[in-house]
Amino acid sequence: MRMLIVEDDSETATFLIKALKESGHTAEWSADGVTGLETAREGAFDVLLIDRMLPEMDGLTLIQTLRKEGNQTPVLVLSALGEVDDRVKGLKAGGDDYLTKPYAYAELLARVEALSRRMIPGEQSTRLVVGDLVLDRLSHAVSRAGEPIILQPREYRLLEYLMKHAGQVVTRTMLLENVWDYHFDPQTNVIDVHISRLRSKIDKAFDKPLLHTVRGAGYVVREDA
Amino acid sequence: MKTPNWLPRAATLSTTVFGTTAIGVAAFIVLAAVVFAAVTWQANRFFVSDVLETLSAELKTLVAASEASTEAELVSIVTKLSNAQSKRLYVLVAKDGRSLAGQLKAVPDELRNSPEGGLFEYQPPNATSSEKRTAAGLPVTLSSGARLVVARDIEDQRALIRWFQLLALVAFVTIVVGGLALGVIASRTVLARVDEMSDATRAIMAGDFTGRLPVEGNGDELDRLSQRVNEMLGRIELLMHGLKEVSDNIAHDLKTPLNRLRNRAETALRSARTQDELAAGLGETIEAADEIIKTFNALLLIARLEAGAIEETKAPVDLPALLSDAAELYEPVAEEAGLTLIQDEFANATISANRHLIGQAVINLIDNAIKYSRKTAPTNGTSTVAGLINVSLNITPSGLAEITIADNGPGISSQDRARATERFVRLDKSRTSPGTGLGLSLVAAVARMHDGELRLEDNGPGLKAILALPLV
Repeated sequence: MRMLIVEDDSETATFLIKALKESGHTAEWSADGVTGLETAREGAFDVLLIDRMLPEMDGLTLIQTLRKEGNQTPVLVLSALGEVDDRVKGLKAGGDDYLTKPYAYAELLARVEALSRRMIPGEQSTRLVVGDLVLDRLSHAVSRAGEPIILQPREYRLLEYLMKHAGQVVTRTMLLENVWDYHFDPQTNVIDVHISRLRSKIDKAFDKPLLHTVRGAGYVVREDA
Repeated sequence: MKTPNWLPRAATLSTTVFGTTAIGVAAFIVLAAVVFAAVTWQANRFFVSDVLETLSAELKTLVAASEASTEAELVSIVTKLSNAQSKRLYVLVAKDGRSLAGQLKAVPDELRNSPEGGLFEYQPPNATSSEKRTAAGLPVTLSSGARLVVARDIEDQRALIRWFQLLALVAFVTIVVGGLALGVIASRTVLARVDEMSDATRAIMAGDFTGRLPVEGNGDELDRLSQRVNEMLGRIELLMHGLKEVSDNIAHDLKTPLNRLRNRAETALRSARTQDELAAGLGETIEAADEIIKTFNALLLIARLEAGAIEETKAPVDLPALLSDAAELYEPVAEEAGLTLIQDEFANATISANRHLIGQAVINLIDNAIKYSRKTAPTNGTSTVAGLINVSLNITPSGLAEITIADNGPGISSQDRARATERFVRLDKSRTSPGTGLGLSLVAAVARMHDGELRLEDNGPGLKAILALPLV
C-alpha cells in the first residue's frame, strides 16, 4: 500500500515510514499542510495519515479541501486532541477514522489496513465467507461447514465486523468503537471475554480455528493459521 | 513642589462621582442663567410697558388740555406738575428748542426719534453728584409745534431687579461652589475606599490568595461589590488550592509510573542476557507507558469536564438502552469473575447528556463493582446473595434519573466514601488491581457537568453507587 504521512514532527514521521516499510507498505512524508495537500493531489495514495495540527494549513482544512475537490482517498486523522467532540469534528471534516496520540503502532497499522479495504469492492457484499464459515448479512444467519450457529445479536455484529475485515488485524479499540460504539478504553479487557465466547461458538467444535489472537495487537479472522 | 493639602488631588477630580457632580453643576449653571436672563428681561419689559401705558393716559389728558389752552397756560400746568421731589418728570420744549417748563432741561436724546416712548437717563434736578437715574418717557409733538415729554423715574424698580440679580448670583455661586465641594468630598470618600480595595487587590495579585477586600459593614454599593469580589476570591482560592492539589497528585501519580517505566527499561538494559529477555523488558516498558497514557487521558478528560468544555455535545440520551448496552458488555466479564450482573427494572428515562461520557461513567461504576467484588466472591457458591451486581434505573419524585449500581463486595467505609470520589484517591493502597485510580473521580466529574451527582451508599454489605442525573 502507498501512503502519505502529513506530520510536522520529523521523528514521528521517520518512525512511521520505517515501521510501515517493515509492514510491507511504502510511505511518503510531507511536513506541512500545504505541501501535504499538493502531494495528496498528485499521487495516487491508498491511505492518507494526516495530523490535525499542522503548520501552513491545519489538518482538518486539508481534508475538507481534498473532499471538496472530489478526492475520496481514505484518511486517518492523527491527533493529540482526543475528546469525543474533537473526534466528531475530525470525522465531520471528512476523515474516515480518528486516532489519538500517543498511539500504539499496532493500532495505527490495523486502522490503516482496515481503511484501505474500503477501496475494495465487495465490502458491501451480503454474504461474508471465510473458509467454511458463512455469514449471511440479509438473514443474519451464520453457519460453519453447513451447520447453523446461533449467535446473540452483539456476537453477530462482532463476527460480522471481524469477517468484513477478514485477513486483517482488528484491535480491541476498533471493536469497541465499531461494535459497541464506545470511544474510550475500559480498564478491564472486556473485549477478550466477548471474543472467547464467540470463539467457543464458531471454533470450538471444529479442528481448524478461524478466529486468531494476534499478540500485542488484537484479533484476526482468517482461514490459514 | 507639593500641592497644598486643601487642594483636591488630581485623582479626586478624575473620579466618576466628581465628574458626575461637575456635569450636574455645569448643567445647572446653564439652565439657571437662561431662566435668570429670561426673568430679568421679562421683569424689565413688564415694568417699562406698565409705566408707558400710564404715561400714555396722562399724556392724552395733557394734550387735550393743550388744545383748549394757550401756551402760557400749558406752561403753568406743566410747571405745577413738575415737582422736584416727584418721580413724575415733565418737560415742555418750544418749537425753537427753548425749555419752557418741567424738571428736565430738554427732550432726552433717547426719545427724540421714538414716538412710542422708551428709556432714557437723566440727571435729577436736585442731584448733588453726577448721579444718573433711569426713567421711562413718552414724547409728543403738540399742534403748536412744541414738544411735551411725560416720564417716570423707574430707578427704584430697576434697583429692585438689580437686587434680585445680586441675590440670584449669590445663590448661584453658593450652589456651584457647594456642589463642587460636595463632589470633591464624595469623590474623596469613594476614592479612599477604592484605594483600599485596590491596595487589597494588589496584595492578592502579589500572591496572597487569602487576602480579601475590606467590607465596612454598612451594606452600601461598595460593600456589596466587595462582598461579591470576596466571594469570587474565595472561589479562586479554592480553585488555586485544587490546582495545587492536582499538581501534587499528578506529580505523585504520574511520577510513580514514570519511575516504574524507567526502572523496567533500566533493568532490561542492565540484566537482560538474551534477545528474548531484552524483548520482554521492552514489552514491560511499553505496558508501563500505556498505563501512564491512560492516567494522563483520564486526567485530561476530568480537567476538560471541570472546565465545562463539552456543553455543546449534549443530546437526548435514552438511559435504559445505554444501561442495557453497558450491562450486556460487562455480563460475560462478571460471569468470568464468578459474579452475576443483573439488569434490574429500568424506568423509562431520557436525559440531555453526552452519551459517551454517561456511558463511560456507567461502565466505570460497573467495572469498579466487578473489580472490588471479585476478590471476595465466594467460589463455592454457598451463599445465594454473594457475588451479585445489580444495575437499576429509577426516577425520583424530584425529577432525577437515578442509575444505581450495587454490589455486595467489601464496600467502602463511611469515612472513606467522601474521599473516594476525589481525584486519584485509591482506597486500595496496595495497587493490586489495574486502573488509574481516577475511575470514581471521573464519574463524579461527569455527574457534576450534567448537574447531577454521584452518591456512594452502604449496600449492607457492599457498595451502592448512585449516579443521579436530572431529567430533561
